[in-house]
Amino acid sequence: MELILQQMPVVIGALNQGFIQTLKLFSITLLGAFPLGLIIAFGTLSKIKIISLTTQFIIWIIRGTPLMIQLLIVYYFPGLVLHNPIWGGGESGRFLAAAIAFIVNYACYFSEIYRGGIQSVPAGQQEAGLVLGLTKRQIFFHITLLQMIKRIVPPISNEIITLVKDTALARIIALQEIIWAGQAFMKGSHGISGAVWPLFFTAFYYLIFNGIVTVALAWFERKLDYFR
Amino acid sequence: MAILEVKNIRKKFDDIEVLKGIDFSLEKGQALSIIGSSGSGKTTLLRCLNFLETPDEGVIKVNDEILFDSSDPLTRSESQIRKKRLHFGLVFQSFNLFPQYTALENVMLAPKLAAKEKRNKKSDDIYEHGSKLLDIYHDAHELLKQVGLSDRMNNYPHQLSGGQQQRVAIARALILKPDILCFDEPTSALDPELTGEVLKVIRGLSEKNYTMIIVTHEMEFARDVANHVIFMDGGVICEQGNPRELFENPKEERTKQFLIRYKN
Ligand SMILES: Nc1ncnc2c1ncn2[C@@H]1O[C@H](COP(=O)(O)OP(=O)(O)O)[C@@H](O)[C@H]1O
Ligand SMILES: [Mg+2]
Repeated sequence: MELILQQMPVVIGALNQGFIQTLKLFSITLLGAFPLGLIIAFGTLSKIKIISLTTQFIIWIIRGTPLMIQLLIVYYFPGLVLHNPIWGGGESGRFLAAAIAFIVNYACYFSEIYRGGIQSVPAGQQEAGLVLGLTKRQIFFHITLLQMIKRIVPPISNEIITLVKDTALARIIALQEIIWAGQAFMKGSHGISGAVWPLFFTAFYYLIFNGIVTVALAWFERKLDYFR
Repeated sequence: MAILEVKNIRKKFDDIEVLKGIDFSLEKGQALSIIGSSGSGKTTLLRCLNFLETPDEGVIKVNDEILFDSSDPLTRSESQIRKKRLHFGLVFQSFNLFPQYTALENVMLAPKLAAKEKRNKKSDDIYEHGSKLLDIYHDAHELLKQVGLSDRMNNYPHQLSGGQQQRVAIARALILKPDILCFDEPTSALDPELTGEVLKVIRGLSEKNYTMIIVTHEMEFARDVANHVIFMDGGVICEQGNPRELFENPKEERTKQFLIRYKN
């Protein structure tokens, strides 16, 4: 017990550092995947056959394979196969590779939710806009978008909660996120080895993080309760 | 001179011809009623006039200006259509109000966006823009008062009854001052006790000589309000004429049958 208390500051420091990586990966994934998902959704809805078929094919591949494989491919393919290690060796290169894999993966999941959301807005809404002389663009931004957002908040929330935990997958390319940081104390780090308890601490970080995200999403859902 | 001339409108949906050559004209300040059983093509005709559907054939003229001519591809381009459809307004059977906006916001949305577009293109300076927004706000208030909703302006659609929603929809169409306002069974989605308040608003418009086309199953209303009635059947105009004559002395057998069915 005394030993644990002694090790605590070192462990917390390391875990905090790992958590910052987790948080960064989480944020950048959402920041990138929200708009990219919308572009992909428009792709699948395109009247031009090649565009809609290509995007549907990409979605099928991305959703049909594990994110972990995608991470490994994005990270190792340029170096090992193309002999052009674009990511470099450092933590920032690993982060960039992880961010790209996560953004593309989540954008594909989001795009399917967006598509369902757009299609669930009744055709009469668009027609009312057209008859009032609005452009397609005005109709999307001033009429469809908010109705779509209202409908997709619950399924998107599920994905966001999943993302909180999925960030741990980035460990596979040695991104030093929080589980990597916790596990390091088992293998030996900062002069501490064979310690399992930091991992329990790690779980605690996730619980708090998830709690905050859940509350924030519920608040947002309530915000949109003013219309039906 | 006729404000609206429609010539030989034809429309097919996957090989099934829904409109088989519709011709009619409408004088300024007159109300035209279109009656006919379900599936006869009334909605499709209104949708063609509002460019929600593109006719396969035919000509649509408003104030002698050709808005649509199936043989002239220029009249079919999207940007052209957007301007031209504003000659018409359309009130839907199912209201189609925008749920995220209040009654007032629903009415103001289209003119506000048009004003913003002009401002962005720098064709309006800031003062013109401001005074336009003020006018829009004022007009919207006036119109909502006119349809009897002064005390409901800040309610969202889900807080309004069907009759109130439809009256907002009428105000929303009127604020753009269309030459011809079309109604597609404006009371069909309403509980019977709510139809009166909507019909009253339309009657008020006809008293002000607003040019209108009203598709309706309210026969009595059609007879009272319309200056002219068209009976459609199977995608053609089967009979048309003065309302009193058509309702009391229909000439075609199909018209007789239809009216008998509606009496019961
Ligand atoms: N978008 C469409 N696709 C295929 N058929 C349609 C479409 N719209 C209308 N129709 C058909 O056209 C016919 C006329 O419909 P409509 O104009 O709605 O008649 P009404 O309004 O007189 O009841 C109906 O048989 C209907 O099924
Ligand atoms: Mg109809």
